[in-house]
Amino acid sequence: MEPVVDVRDLRKIYDLGGGGTVAALGGVNLQIEQGEFVAVMGPSGSGKSTFMHIAGLLDEPTSGTYRFEGHDVSSLTQDERADIRSRRLGFVFQSYNLLSRTTALENAELPMIYSGVPEIERRRIALEKLAVVGIDHLRDHTPNQMSGGQQQRVAIARSLVNDPALILADEPTGALDTQSSKEVMELFTRLNQEQGITILLVTHEPEVAAYAKRIISFRDGHVVADTLQNQRQAA
Amino acid sequence: MSYMATLRIALDALLRNRARSLLTMLGVIIGVAAVIVTVSIGTGARVSVQKQIESLGSNLIVVIPGSVTQGGARSGSGGASTLTPEDGMAIAKLPGVAAVSPAVTVRSQAVAGANNWQTTVTGVAPTYTFVRSWTMAAGAFFTQNDVLSAAKVAVLGQTVVQNLFPDGSSPIGQTIIVKGVPFTVVGTLTAMGQSGTGQDQDDTILVPYTSALQRLTGQATVGTIMVSAADAASVQPAQTAITALLEQRHHIVPPQQDDFTVRNLQDIAAAASSTGAILEFLLAGVAAVSLIVGGIGIMNIMLVSVTERTREIGLRMSVGARGSVILRQFLTESIVLSTVGGIIGVLIGMVGTMLVALLAKWPMVVPLSGVIFSVLFSAAVGVFFGYYPARKAAQLRPIEALRFE
Repeated sequence: MEPVVDVRDLRKIYDLGGGGTVAALGGVNLQIEQGEFVAVMGPSGSGKSTFMHIAGLLDEPTSGTYRFEGHDVSSLTQDERADIRSRRLGFVFQSYNLLSRTTALENAELPMIYSGVPEIERRRIALEKLAVVGIDHLRDHTPNQMSGGQQQRVAIARSLVNDPALILADEPTGALDTQSSKEVMELFTRLNQEQGITILLVTHEPEVAAYAKRIISFRDGHVVADTLQNQRQAA
Repeated sequence: MSYMATLRIALDALLRNRARSLLTMLGVIIGVAAVIVTVSIGTGARVSVQKQIESLGSNLIVVIPGSVTQGGARSGSGGASTLTPEDGMAIAKLPGVAAVSPAVTVRSQAVAGANNWQTTVTGVAPTYTFVRSWTMAAGAFFTQNDVLSAAKVAVLGQTVVQNLFPDGSSPIGQTIIVKGVPFTVVGTLTAMGQSGTGQDQDDTILVPYTSALQRLTGQATVGTIMVSAADAASVQPAQTAITALLEQRHHIVPPQQDDFTVRNLQDIAAAASSTGAILEFLLAGVAAVSLIVGGIGIMNIMLVSVTERTREIGLRMSVGARGSVILRQFLTESIVLSTVGGIIGVLIGMVGTMLVALLAKWPMVVPLSGVIFSVLFSAAVGVFFGYYPARKAAQLRPIEALRFE
C-alpha cells in the first residue's frame, strides 16, 4: 500500500524581494500512511502551515517531490490540482469558512457540486455526513444560527462528502471554547478509529495534538521530532 | 459543472444581496428603458410619415412627361409635352388599373369678389377624388358631363376657401375668376393637410381637365396622369403595363429613350422614411451610451463583490472548483444582472412609451427588433463588463484567497 502522503526533500523558498529569500521548508522528508492520525506542531513560522498547504495541493513546492497516493503531484497544473482536491481531499479551517446565509445542508453539499455529483445524490450524502458529525437536526440552519462547535461540525461534514483519502485540518479548534474543542477532537478521533479516515492536523496546542496517534514537530522549516503515541491521553 | 448549477449559484449569490443587485441593475434598466422609448418615438414618427404619404392616395402611380432636348439643352423631367388625355383613357383600360385621372396644372391668380389669391389650378377627371382618396366637405364634385362639355365649374380646397371667402360664407354657387374665365363653385374638399414633402395640399382649385386645356392652357397635352392601381400587389405589374402601352402609343423603340416616366408612391415613401431612420439611429446611439455607463456600474460592483468574497472564492477553490468554474460563476452573475436589468428596462420603457403616446398624442410603436436588440445588447454588456472582474476572481490563488482578511 502506497503512503497517502510521501514527500522527499521538500523545499519552499519565498522571495522577499531585493535578492533576499527565506526558506519556509528546508528539505522535508515525510510519509503518512493510510489510516494515520497525525498532528503537526510547531511555533509560527516553523513551516507547519506551508507543509499543510503543499500537502493539501493548495500550494506548490519550490523543489522536491510529492507523491500523493502514489502519484507524483509536484508539478501539476492548477486545474489538475483542483480536480484532486475535489475528489481526494477534505479541508477543515480554523474559521470554518462556511458560506454565509446558506444552510448547513447546502454548505455540506458544496464540494459535490464541483465533483459533479447529481443533486439527489448530493442531498443524500450531505445528510448522511451531517448525521455522522451529529448535527443532522440542524440541516436547515444557517451559520449565524449555529454555535462555533456546530459550524465546525458542518465544516467537517463538508470535508467528508467526497470520501477523501486525507482530511487536512488547519487549527480546527483555534476559534472554539474548551468544551467545543474537546467535542470536535473526539469527533476526529472517532472518524479516524471507526472509519479509518487519514487525518493531518495542524495545531500549536499540545492538548489538541494529544488526540493524534503521531506528532510531528516543525521548527525553522525542518522536522525536529516525529513521535508515535501508543495511547491517546485524554486532555 | 452544469450550466443550470452555475446559474443557480449565481442567482443565490445575487438574491443574498437583493438591494445591491437591484441598484446595480438600475443603470442598465434606465439605459434600456431610454433605448426603448427613443426607438419607439423614432419608429412612431416614421410610421406617421408613412401614413401621410399613403394619404396621398392608395396605390398611386404617377406618369409624368420625360425630358425634352431642344437645341442641345435638355429640360428636366416633365419638360416634354407628350402626355395626352387619350393616353389616360388607354391606361384606364389596362388590367389592374382602378381609376385614371389626368392632371393639368396652372399657377394662377383666382379672384372672388374683392378677394384674390394665388393658387394652383388643376384640371382633373371626376375619378381624381378616388385616386387621391379625397372626400367632399360640401357640394358635389363635377361630373363626366362637365368634362365632356368643358364646363366652367370648380371645386375648392380648404385653404382657397379660407382665402377667397374669409367671411365664412358658403362658396357653393359663387363665381370665381381664373385667368379671366369665370368658374362656378360646385363643391369644396375636406382638409388634407401637408403632403409628405411639406406642401399644403389644400391650396388648390380643381376644374375639369378639358376646361383647363381649352380655357386656361390652350394646349392639348397634360402635365401628369395619375393612376390608381386596384391593390398594392398590382402596382408593380400596372407600372410595367403602363410603360409598355405608352411606348407603343408614342412609337418608342429601343434604343430611343422613353418620353415619360412612371413612378409609384412607394419609391417616394422609402426616401422619406430613411430620414426618420437616421434620427432613430442617433437617439439609439445616445441611449446606448447610457447602457454602457450601466455596464461600468456592473463592473464596479462585480469588482467589489470579488474582493468581498475572496475567502468564499478561496473556499470554493479549496473544495475543488477550477479557475474556469469560478470565472463562469462570476460571469454568469454579471450576465444575469445585466439581462434581468435589460428585461426590466424593456418593460419600463414600454410603460413609458404608452404614457408618452397617451399624454403627448404622439404615435408610438415599440418595435420588436428594438426589444430584442436591447436585451441582447444588455446581455453583451454583462459579458463585456463582467469578464474582467470574473477573470480576477478566477486567477486568485486559493491559498492567498483563503488567508484574505
